[in-house]
Amino acid sequence: MTAASDTLDPSPARAVPLKRQLRRAERRKNLLFMALILPLAVFVLASFVLPIGSLLQRSIANPEVHDNLPETLELLDDWSGEGLPDEAAFVALARELGAARGTPAIADIAKRLNREQPGLRSLVMRSARALPLAEGTPAQDGLIGIDERWRDPVIWETIKRAGSPTTGFYLLGAIDRTIADGGEIVKLPKEEAIYLDVLVRTFEMSVIVTVACLLLGFPLAYLMATLPVRHANTLMILVLLPFWTSVLVRVAAWIVILQNEGLVNKLLMWLGATDAPIRLLFNRTGVYIAMVHILLPFMVLPLYSVMKGISPVYMRAAVSLGCPPFSSFWKIYFPLTMPGIAAGSLLVFIVCMGFYITPALLGGPGDQMISYFIAFYTNQAVNWGMAAALSAVLLAATLVLYALYTRYLGGNAVNKIR
Amino acid sequence: MPTQALAGGHTAAAHENADVLVSFSHVQKTYDGDTLIVKDLNLDIRRGEFLTLLGPSGSGKTTCLMMLAGFETPTSGEIRLAGQVINKLPPYKRNIGMVFQNYALFPHMTVLENLRFPLAVRKHPAAEIDAKVKRALGMVQLGGFENRYPQQLSGGQQQRIALARALVFDPQLVLMDEPLGALDKQLREHMQLEIKHIHQSLGVTFVFVTHDQGEALTMSDRIAVFNHGVIQQIDTPATLYEHPANAFVANFIGENNALAGHVMATANDISTVSLGDGNVLAARTGDAGGPGSPVIVSIRPERVRLAKPDTPPHSRLAARVIEQIYLGDHIRLRMQVSGCENFTMKTPISKLDRCPNAGETVDIELSPEHLLALAPPPSA
Repeated sequence: MTAASDTLDPSPARAVPLKRQLRRAERRKNLLFMALILPLAVFVLASFVLPIGSLLQRSIANPEVHDNLPETLELLDDWSGEGLPDEAAFVALARELGAARGTPAIADIAKRLNREQPGLRSLVMRSARALPLAEGTPAQDGLIGIDERWRDPVIWETIKRAGSPTTGFYLLGAIDRTIADGGEIVKLPKEEAIYLDVLVRTFEMSVIVTVACLLLGFPLAYLMATLPVRHANTLMILVLLPFWTSVLVRVAAWIVILQNEGLVNKLLMWLGATDAPIRLLFNRTGVYIAMVHILLPFMVLPLYSVMKGISPVYMRAAVSLGCPPFSSFWKIYFPLTMPGIAAGSLLVFIVCMGFYITPALLGGPGDQMISYFIAFYTNQAVNWGMAAALSAVLLAATLVLYALYTRYLGGNAVNKIR
Repeated sequence: MPTQALAGGHTAAAHENADVLVSFSHVQKTYDGDTLIVKDLNLDIRRGEFLTLLGPSGSGKTTCLMMLAGFETPTSGEIRLAGQVINKLPPYKRNIGMVFQNYALFPHMTVLENLRFPLAVRKHPAAEIDAKVKRALGMVQLGGFENRYPQQLSGGQQQRIALARALVFDPQLVLMDEPLGALDKQLREHMQLEIKHIHQSLGVTFVFVTHDQGEALTMSDRIAVFNHGVIQQIDTPATLYEHPANAFVANFIGENNALAGHVMATANDISTVSLGDGNVLAARTGDAGGPGSPVIVSIRPERVRLAKPDTPPHSRLAARVIEQIYLGDHIRLRMQVSGCENFTMKTPISKLDRCPNAGETVDIELSPEHLLALAPPPSA
């Protein structure tokens, strides 16, 4: 009694130091924890947050005109847009174009302006070649002398528009939209609009692969969860085996197995199921087979861990209450596996959305997913803006999906079961 | 002898056959083909009774319950429910309510959905379902908890919902597999009485499995004591306690003092026993053998008294007090008696004129009607 009231003595003289002591003790603990995760935090920041941030920044960056013609743009800010800009703007443009001559910057400017209005590349290149102007010539006359088109106010309007430091051009392009001359957002013509189709195709293939993984993985996980531990471990090794070989090796193996003279076709022909070899490679079928194979463990493992935690007594209880075994499975066991189904499906789906190498090697041109185009713009077309914009769209789609998951299947559903 | 007890129980029940709801005859169960978990089980469960299967773990009591529920099939023998052989009847067709050890309430369903489940499976009309669920919730005093999830309830509340779910579809038989094991002592004692009262008000047959003898004594109409897959004795709590059939039952139920010796003579149901140190005692003959056979005389601690001047010599033993334990309402004396170091005497304080101190030697009285001569257990 006395000992207890001693330690809990509420006298103000002791209460304050006690609280301070507690805070100090906790602060030391918190600092220790922070120190422990510091290396990881730095690594994640340097290798993940910063690159993604800079990538997203690139999807709206518009540096070509803005960085190379700064003075011209500043003078054009004061220009009303009616008639030609004043002599000072011509002087600045002539000087800045002349400075860029012979450097990669001039090509960047020409390319960027040509995208706004076809034909401007030749205007820029031709003008740059003829610069600098002869001493004493007024810049306006000089430039118009090089090319009559400098007399057209629309050209100047275009330069002004292309000079904004940011642009929605790439992001709009990634969803098949563009900015018309008037500034309003319009759909791209049919022959140029491909990315929405690619996005839909990416979703569609991801859904199909996820469903296939679920249909194949659920019975396997259930078997593993109900078998004695020794047998379950053997099965687990078989499930994990694909993890131990590289994706490239496995894709190459599928090429060998699925080709026209491959194992599968020979077996089918020997069984008499088909007369001629079935095309399994370089179409959707091959891509699906290989993707399901690669992603199956991502489905089985979360399912297994959830199923392992479901006590068999629930099924017994359902049966004892008069529910036949199969119906008990659907009404009791299956709902209890929902957190596993949701986690596995989300994992497979998100990994699917970013698949690149498998469709690239096993699929035809019509089977490429969005990552293929990101790689194309990064490696071949060297259009970082477009690559970044497509990545941003992919990231946004993934985040939306994740938000839906946590809203409808995450937190609440899982808590309910735990 | 176990067989004696079994035969008694079996034939006694046989001629009141209309009252028998479940009967096990010659049921055996083995899981591995080598050892029998249940050996030749013969048991009649009477309609409306509260029967407890009591025994240490591995004694076969739970297996017996699971065979009745239909989750295990007997290796041989027959189980009848209301006259029908149910060996091959799947559990969901048996209409037996069951309360599991950890309640097994469906975690993804509310209390209401849990209780509706057995009725919905049976396709009862909605109005009837609602009425029955309401009645069942009222019975366990949890009206108003319909929309909670099981993990939002305390252990005792989950226990009651599990009971309500096992009763809501009006089964003729309710099985309980150590349902109170997870509760703390106070709540457990409260639930024991509550379950007993529910049983009395419903008149449904209850079969209850436990390893807690106090629980069994509190709740049961009859108790079947299991050991090594055999029913050792099946009787009312009072009979089990006062007239245990063998040394196992005597030791398993309640406290017991055991003194080893040999039978000298047997007459009129009284055995004269010579203890190891030459003292002679008279005791009721339990399952002890004839003259010359080894025997254990057993007596409950509360039946031991300090000797009075008129105590006859064959009921009197010298005892040296080793320890005095004060327990408020009574006192326990641990003493050394006839070579046994752990002989205990338990007596209310009001019955003692003077309490012997540790180290003192006193005479104690062991009257023949409370002493029981039993055959030593086979392993001893």
